[in-house]
Amino acid sequence: MRSLFFILFCFLVVVIAKGQSVCDAKIEGKISDYHSKTPLGNATIEVLDKSITVYSDTQGSFEITNLCPGTYDLAISHPECSDTMISVRLDTYKNLTIKLEHHLEELSEVDVVGKVAKTTNSAQELALRQQTLEEYSSGTLADALATINGVSTLNTGATIVKPIIHGLSGSRILILNNGVRMQDMEWGDEHAPNVDINSVDRIAVIKGAAALQYGGDAIGGVIVMKPQLLAAKDTLFGQTMFTGMTNGQGGNANTEITKVFKNGLFLKAQGSYKQLGDQEAPDYVLSNTGMNEIAGTLHLGKKEFTWGWDAQYSYYEAEIGILRASHIGNVDDLIRSINSGSPNVINSFTYDIQNPKQQVTHHLAKGSFYKRFEGLGKLNLQYDFQQNNRLEFDVRRGGRGDRAALDLQLTTHSLLADFVYDAPKRFSGHFGMMGRYQNNFANPDTGVRRLIPDYDKYDLGVFAIGEYELSDTWKADGGLRYDFTQIDAKKFYRSSRWEERGYDSEFEDLVIDNLGTQLLVNPVLDYHNFSASTGVRYQPTNERSFRLNYSLSQRAPNPAELFSDGLHHSAARIELGDLRIGNETSHKLSASYQHDFKKGGFLVEPYINRIQDFILLEPTGVEFSIRGAFPVWAYRQTNASLIGLDASGYYTYSNHLTSNHQFSIVKGRDSGLDIPLVNMPSARMENQLTYSQPKWNNFELSLRSEYVFRQNEFPENIMVFSPQQQEEVLLEVNTPPDAYHVMGLNARAVFELHKKLKLTTSLTINNALNTTYREYLNRQRFFADDLGRNIILQLKLNY
Amino acid sequence: MRTIKFLSMLATASLLFVSCSDDDDPEVVNEEETITTMTVTLIPVGGGDTVTLQTQDLDGDGPAAPTVSVSGPLAGNTTYGGAILLLDETDTPPENITEEVAEEDDEHQFFFQTTGSINGVTYGDFDGDGNPLGITFGLETATAGAASLTITLRHEPKKPNDGTLADAGGETDIAQTFNLTVQ
Repeated sequence: MRSLFFILFCFLVVVIAKGQSVCDAKIEGKISDYHSKTPLGNATIEVLDKSITVYSDTQGSFEITNLCPGTYDLAISHPECSDTMISVRLDTYKNLTIKLEHHLEELSEVDVVGKVAKTTNSAQELALRQQTLEEYSSGTLADALATINGVSTLNTGATIVKPIIHGLSGSRILILNNGVRMQDMEWGDEHAPNVDINSVDRIAVIKGAAALQYGGDAIGGVIVMKPQLLAAKDTLFGQTMFTGMTNGQGGNANTEITKVFKNGLFLKAQGSYKQLGDQEAPDYVLSNTGMNEIAGTLHLGKKEFTWGWDAQYSYYEAEIGILRASHIGNVDDLIRSINSGSPNVINSFTYDIQNPKQQVTHHLAKGSFYKRFEGLGKLNLQYDFQQNNRLEFDVRRGGRGDRAALDLQLTTHSLLADFVYDAPKRFSGHFGMMGRYQNNFANPDTGVRRLIPDYDKYDLGVFAIGEYELSDTWKADGGLRYDFTQIDAKKFYRSSRWEERGYDSEFEDLVIDNLGTQLLVNPVLDYHNFSASTGVRYQPTNERSFRLNYSLSQRAPNPAELFSDGLHHSAARIELGDLRIGNETSHKLSASYQHDFKKGGFLVEPYINRIQDFILLEPTGVEFSIRGAFPVWAYRQTNASLIGLDASGYYTYSNHLTSNHQFSIVKGRDSGLDIPLVNMPSARMENQLTYSQPKWNNFELSLRSEYVFRQNEFPENIMVFSPQQQEEVLLEVNTPPDAYHVMGLNARAVFELHKKLKLTTSLTINNALNTTYREYLNRQRFFADDLGRNIILQLKLNY
Repeated sequence: MRTIKFLSMLATASLLFVSCSDDDDPEVVNEEETITTMTVTLIPVGGGDTVTLQTQDLDGDGPAAPTVSVSGPLAGNTTYGGAILLLDETDTPPENITEEVAEEDDEHQFFFQTTGSINGVTYGDFDGDGNPLGITFGLETATAGAASLTITLRHEPKKPNDGTLADAGGETDIAQTFNLTVQ
């Protein structure tokens, strides 16, 4: 044993000696509170671009040794303070005195390096590493988010991907894009978030509704995207990234440039373009799955301690092909697809995108302003404008293919004002209000009856959140929010549908025009939502923390749940909303326990979510048309419960070898009928082994394994009459596919080409073994296998 | 000062945006591609009673089921000349959809499945590539008994195909079974 220590000691000496022989400059410093001057222990000091992280001791002191002379950017963060960036010019020695604002701010404090972010005090919250975002530069936002334990995806093919948090998706998840709540028709299963992943610098996921400042209806969770932290110094830097991939034979290019002035003024421009042709399953081409995407963001502002402003414009446009074989006419076509095991249309590879396809455009403009009042707090004002246009093209008869079958334009204006009261030492409060106006316009030129009607929607919200430091180790939080929503819609109903739904007796007074076979109806629906959140965090040491949170959230029904009325082509079903649907109420209790040891650590996050009047879509019967029989899926409300666990851990075997492990499971039940909920993510397990060698140009090689269990809990399949077989047949729409296991590989290295020019290369292989599989939560699983092997090469230049 | 300027700009911009909403009633949409009615006329070769089969669903994808009617029995051991007429009766006057199908003959095909006292169905018309279309067809009855005829219209099927629905693929635009009596 002693000899082992001796060897280790010698090794250390050699390493240190070697380091000293080259670079022996040193930074020392002391971190203290801006107001009280008390020293701040446990602050994280990170030397950017160097992967050096040190912590301050109880006296607030820290030192960073073995540095080469040069200029360094230090990011200083502390659990209860706002992040600070400073730039240091170092010759041999530098002594710094750093003062931090000892108050909790909003998300500007997400710790990019650490695992646990801190928008909320007691909720389950995790941040995504910037490296992961870059890895997914040519992928989708949701795919990157799914690397966070407890987050999975709802797919329509590989290009339309929606995030699922703890089993819930769509309108139950809020997406905040630099403070702007995305309004991009998130109610549709085939509507992916209209955000370019390349425009995002930092992401935190709050697994629950605890972040009341963003909205009270986040029954699933909140995704918070934030711009980069910029140090106030004269700089100009940029990044250009090229990604090429074999599957889809395309790739993307992204470039961004940032200029910062010493006085805090900054300007950032970013643009990206992506093109993919048909993607491929292991055995065949997935015809008509190509896509192209163009996006850009212009962001400018001024950030000072006492005041600042920020203006942003983002543009996003995508044209996405939908698997040709997934467009079907009736139940027999669906049965044929399910039974045949391979798509009925397989053409050779092409970049052309035919119908069915989607074209979406999203504009986002935002202006915000903040001012800090001494001894009081910080006032934020924000206005944002969004316009989302969605065109869906279908396979149509009579040369109508060039005309969109769905043409919706959603325009949203929001005004927000909030005040962070942080003068007292142990207490901080956050109050705010929100007003929003939204208009949906459904273009009648489609020649297809509207799926979602024209409507005006008004939202008003107020909230108050407080955090109180009970002791050095305990911290409690609580918040309340009230939201009022009014939807004023004008919708045409078929007279036969109006009667079938029983509306003629209940809502007769809503009819404003009778056109014979169709009625024009003007429902004005009001919803009152109350939400609340409270919890505690216990953090005895930096290595250990425990969080417990209870959140109450209420959500008003979305337009699809209220107004859906028609045939859904890719599912061969008639979907019906219901005007009588009210809001749903969720009670979520979540806990998390994190413990880091010398060589490893783990994080366990159990939760239980009981939802009253949960809105779900389920088969209720069959309707006949000239095309045959169609199952009718109607929205219904029931009580539901979701119980789950996310667990993750890591272990460091040596300086070079680490492993990461993740497991997540969720069980969803309709407690009204005592049956499983449909579309609950399967249990999954991910393991990753990483070898890193900083000496070889920061070389890193990781091997990834993802095992997805079969979903064994699903509602029963339905019986439906098949015109072709002239009998009732079992429609296996709910039967989940088998478990699967996919392997991946990633290798990366960084090359300093020049003093200010850095090249990062990365090679990723997804589904390395070309495994054939289908995923339960991919809506195209009835028609085709999932993606085959994909080799992705990425070059990134930092300058 | 700059802040005030900025805020006032913001306020003006938001006013501009908000003020352009309007309160007009939306325009009604009549579904253009609906096929409400399929009428099949069967005329016996060499004289006799014409038999008409019809399925009509005036509310399209709405809740009402189609009304299916057969005008009378078919004669045994007889060859009938069949013709299909498709209409969209939600329009006034009704739109003839058969014309659209005939124009896009390479993208369409009718399929005929029979049971009981029908010997078989033969295609009477073909697309430009010589593949069957089926707007007109011949039907030969056998001896007296019960029979059924299922007519399926597929959009964008595989062409040529082996004559079965399974092989043809595509999307079903119409699928209707008629229960018949052969006398």
